[in-house]
Amino acid sequence: MREFRVLSPTAILGYGFPAASFEEGMRRKPHVIAVDAGSTDPGPYYLGSGKSFTDRGAVKRDMEFMLAAAMAENIPVIIGTAGGSGADSHLAWNVDIIKEIAAEMGLSFKMAEISAQIDKEAVKQKFKEGKLAGMKAAPAPTLKDIEDSTNIVAQMGHEPIIKALEAGAQVIITGRAYDPTVFAALAVKQGYDAGLALHMGKILECAAIAATPGSGSDCMFGYLRDNCFEMATTNPARKCTTTSVAAHTLYEKSDPTRLPGPGGVLDLTQTTFEQATDSTVIVRGSRFIPDAAYHVKLEGARLLGHRTISFAATTDPIMISRLDEIVKAVKERVRGNFNDITDFFLDFKVYGQSGAGFYGGGTDRGGVMPPEAAIIIEAVAQTPQLADTICSFARSTLLHFGYEGRKSTAGNLAFPFSPSDFRGGAVYEFSLYCLMAVDTPCEFFPVKIYDLIKGVQS
Amino acid sequence: MIKLFDVAEIIRSKNSGPYELTFDIMFKDRAVFEDFAARNIMTPAVFAGLYGIAEAQVLSVIAFPPAKAVKITIARPMSSGALGEKDVYGAQQHGPLLDFEYPKER
Repeated sequence: MREFRVLSPTAILGYGFPAASFEEGMRRKPHVIAVDAGSTDPGPYYLGSGKSFTDRGAVKRDMEFMLAAAMAENIPVIIGTAGGSGADSHLAWNVDIIKEIAAEMGLSFKMAEISAQIDKEAVKQKFKEGKLAGMKAAPAPTLKDIEDSTNIVAQMGHEPIIKALEAGAQVIITGRAYDPTVFAALAVKQGYDAGLALHMGKILECAAIAATPGSGSDCMFGYLRDNCFEMATTNPARKCTTTSVAAHTLYEKSDPTRLPGPGGVLDLTQTTFEQATDSTVIVRGSRFIPDAAYHVKLEGARLLGHRTISFAATTDPIMISRLDEIVKAVKERVRGNFNDITDFFLDFKVYGQSGAGFYGGGTDRGGVMPPEAAIIIEAVAQTPQLADTICSFARSTLLHFGYEGRKSTAGNLAFPFSPSDFRGGAVYEFSLYCLMAVDTPCEFFPVKIYDLIKGVQS
Repeated sequence: MIKLFDVAEIIRSKNSGPYELTFDIMFKDRAVFEDFAARNIMTPAVFAGLYGIAEAQVLSVIAFPPAKAVKITIARPMSSGALGEKDVYGAQQHGPLLDFEYPKER
């Protein structure tokens, strides 16, 4: 029976892997090395600002292994969602790293770049044609949301990647892509079942997170066959178990049995997980059900302002017991002090008292008063200077605030740092998260192919 | 009463995209999972009560037998990273589930 093998070196490009795990993966003769580089998890800043959430040095280290091994074996390398968010600036950032490695190592190959940046005017046009649809918990998109977005990307399916493979590209780097596609594209091109290929990609996408003990920085290996696929680790210290693999199917998904993606739904209602060996799991029965109309998911982010924070703490039990009312009074005092600065956001995150939890739990349990509380004062305003002003004033007001019952009158806060205030940079929020109907799967994902001769584009 | 903390191997929360939070309860024992699922212990109303949110915010409660798991998905209080955010990844919102108890079958 034929078999298609995929090496996924790491959960996110730049998260790393042990060299021995990678070498063991290569010994198994993969047909492709693929890695997902992206996620919306780190929040809207990275898409909005066009910067990567992974470090350049760490990405370069991972890519050196992958490119050298792929050239030696003459197999393709496919990178999805370059730079974490997959806008054009992220793509360019990662392409620059590839060119640098190719120059240093003297590697030459055919390269494909697939953009996923969507022009605002094109999105507006689709909006006017009624081709944008909201998603369950996200607000329905408006023209203003489109206009406000600094970057808009769409998640591509496997079709643009197949196009690049057909053109003979050996190194393929994409903008925003549906996570499983980079693992599935070559298999689908070779006629393997899309449901099995995409489900295997869904598991490979987080690499050894689906093993036990789990890790985001170790390799995973997939064997795709005509009626099943088998998941294996390459590090003997980790195993795939039916629980670890099935559990991963739940991860970061709303419904474990129905995973919607570009052009269709991955249906796992008939899926079975079987322990094949001590450390491998065979999966069967996953199906891809194409949608009547092909949709891609749009993501956008907009600039809100600039952030300054101050970090402080208190050990005073009277202050800790009254923090809610103290914070409220300080907020009012800040509002009252500036007639001309009204457009700002001021928040106090009180750690030890629901600083992290939206729903209680933790220290709220049993109502025990913590011995210390940490307070982050956060100001967001239209300019960094205005955010500094609000944060600074809130900090000095809280430091000397004369709350009722106070015994400690020399200062309410312990500051660990001088200076006490820090600029947090630009602040973004997600502005678009919706579906867009496309005429063809490749409509918005142009494939640029060129030869890279020892790092030089020709 | 049975403490969820004692019978679950994993209790976790995480974003499912920037607008949803999803909670996974994975049981140690298949029989305990099947009892929990069959008796419909976790419903949108029960979860909403435990978390102090409106029932309409609970998007789904789904049992997933292959992982001996029950998954609850809710609307996030705000989109990930928006103003007022406390937990960008949503990975530390599992606290109330640790305290959840349910009756032993008569």
